[in-house]
Amino acid sequence: MSDQVLEISGVDAFYGSAHVLQSLSCSVGERTTGIIGRNGMGKSTLCNVLMGLPPAKARGSIRFGGEEILGRPSYDICRRGLAFVPQGRRIFSSLTTDEHLRMLSRKLATRGKWTVDAVYDLYPRLAERRKVGAAQLSGGEQQMLAIGRALLTNPKLLIMDEPSEGLAPTIVEQLTETCRTLVSEGVTLLLVEQNLGMATAVADRLLIMVHGEVALETTSAELLADDDAQRRFLGVEPAGAH
Amino acid sequence: MASQQVTTRRIAPGLKARIAPTLAVVLGALGLLGVLWQAFGAGFGEKGNVPTFILITLNGLTLAGLLFITASGLTLIFGLLRVTNLAHGALFLLGGYLGLTFIQKGVPWLLAALLAMLATGVVGLVMHQLFLRWNQGQDLRQALITIALSLILADQMLAHFGATPTAIVPPDFLASPTNLGVYSLAYPTFRLAMLVGALVVGLLFWLVIKRTRVGMVMRAGVDDSAMTSALGINVQLVFAGAFFVGSALAGLGGVFAGTSYSLAPGQDQAFLVYALVVVILGGMGSLGGAALGALLYGLVDQYSSAYLPAAYANLSALLTFVLLALVLAVRPTGLFGKTR
Repeated sequence: MSDQVLEISGVDAFYGSAHVLQSLSCSVGERTTGIIGRNGMGKSTLCNVLMGLPPAKARGSIRFGGEEILGRPSYDICRRGLAFVPQGRRIFSSLTTDEHLRMLSRKLATRGKWTVDAVYDLYPRLAERRKVGAAQLSGGEQQMLAIGRALLTNPKLLIMDEPSEGLAPTIVEQLTETCRTLVSEGVTLLLVEQNLGMATAVADRLLIMVHGEVALETTSAELLADDDAQRRFLGVEPAGAH
Repeated sequence: MASQQVTTRRIAPGLKARIAPTLAVVLGALGLLGVLWQAFGAGFGEKGNVPTFILITLNGLTLAGLLFITASGLTLIFGLLRVTNLAHGALFLLGGYLGLTFIQKGVPWLLAALLAMLATGVVGLVMHQLFLRWNQGQDLRQALITIALSLILADQMLAHFGATPTAIVPPDFLASPTNLGVYSLAYPTFRLAMLVGALVVGLLFWLVIKRTRVGMVMRAGVDDSAMTSALGINVQLVFAGAFFVGSALAGLGGVFAGTSYSLAPGQDQAFLVYALVVVILGGMGSLGGAALGALLYGLVDQYSSAYLPAAYANLSALLTFVLLALVLAVRPTGLFGKTR
């Protein structure tokens, strides 16, 4: 079994008494996968649980590369090779662009091909803005920074939680292009999205989440052809509907 | 008519909001004028008040140095890490007494100060790990826990070191006074060294926060500790280190205070309040603010106790709180404070 496979079995998660993930089971990480679903279906909760982040309480089993990671501290999960681009980007407002990249552990930033220079090569725009306080960056630039700092930990699997949220359509297009480039360069993504267009453009394999469970496993091509499934699971009126 | 009413309504709240800051600036200016008049009103001759003014100013500056060393630790713990640590004063006094004990056992001053810093740092670290870490963000609980701890520490120190004020002998090379070269004045060398010590602490502190990886991680951790952790950084370890350093600085303050003034029960609470006032004056978590706050506090404290008319001299302690009220009237988040 490949060491980048994330084996999620029977995971329940709670906010107080709200049961958000309901014995969720799936396996991701072998290749780039998209998780899509409507608002409030537990997608972000799943991301946070995978990364060991608060506030949900979770039980069950999450194995990464064969080892149990549920209950491990967040920094340990990251060091094992999971990286995270969070919803809302969560940029540190007290740091400059450059400091975001310099603050990461040398050990992580030199264990693979992603170095500070490699991130600046990927995003020349960030290199131009390196001395600028990160709070002053535009939404698109902040998203680049959030992806850049996650890449810098040289992950085996990169989790992205709604990266397109709050970005202008042209920026989303660029983001989609970057994601496709990353995938073609060998980075494996777990893309959690509401934006069907972006998810299908980036990931071939798709999981659809409904009420804290995986309701359907499909492929991008199949889902795009299946108007009924789009309507049923995502509430989307298919673009080509007659 | 209607439009006039609207205009008066618009102006009135604006005026009201300006009353407090204006009053504060006027009062501050009056205080400064009073001090300058007292100092220079009788001319610049040997018989005038200038020599006294120089000595009082130096007293204020060196007190500011001591306050800054103590408050810089608190600005780290309370201002940056947001841990409500009301045992900072107890750690301060503990540092002083430990320094005294080491020196009485024959340890040289510098080494004794280092050992006292190390010991208070460890006590602070244990306190943080055992009692405070799992109450992160719960101000009231942390306040109650640290008040309890500081009472326990205060009583233990009273039992071991007694109630009689004692002082630490300064190191030999700083023992004789320095000739200032003006008005044939001399000033205790140790106090000047305390000022230099404060500058060194401030500079090191600034370099670490602004220029090193640890400083970046600390700022990131304060912004969003969960996200920092998700980037593979053990934030709790960094916070523990910061708590150690903050507590050690309280201990260093205690050794300085014991050498330039004296050590006695009650000083723990007094210096806790001084440090809190300095941190709040400067703005939570701002190092430059703490420096400026300490400077203002030291000077106001010394000028008011020297220049208030004799009948009102006992009001000098109150004036430092007037200073706090004036600054907060103009800048509600402190001199360099950011609103969060």
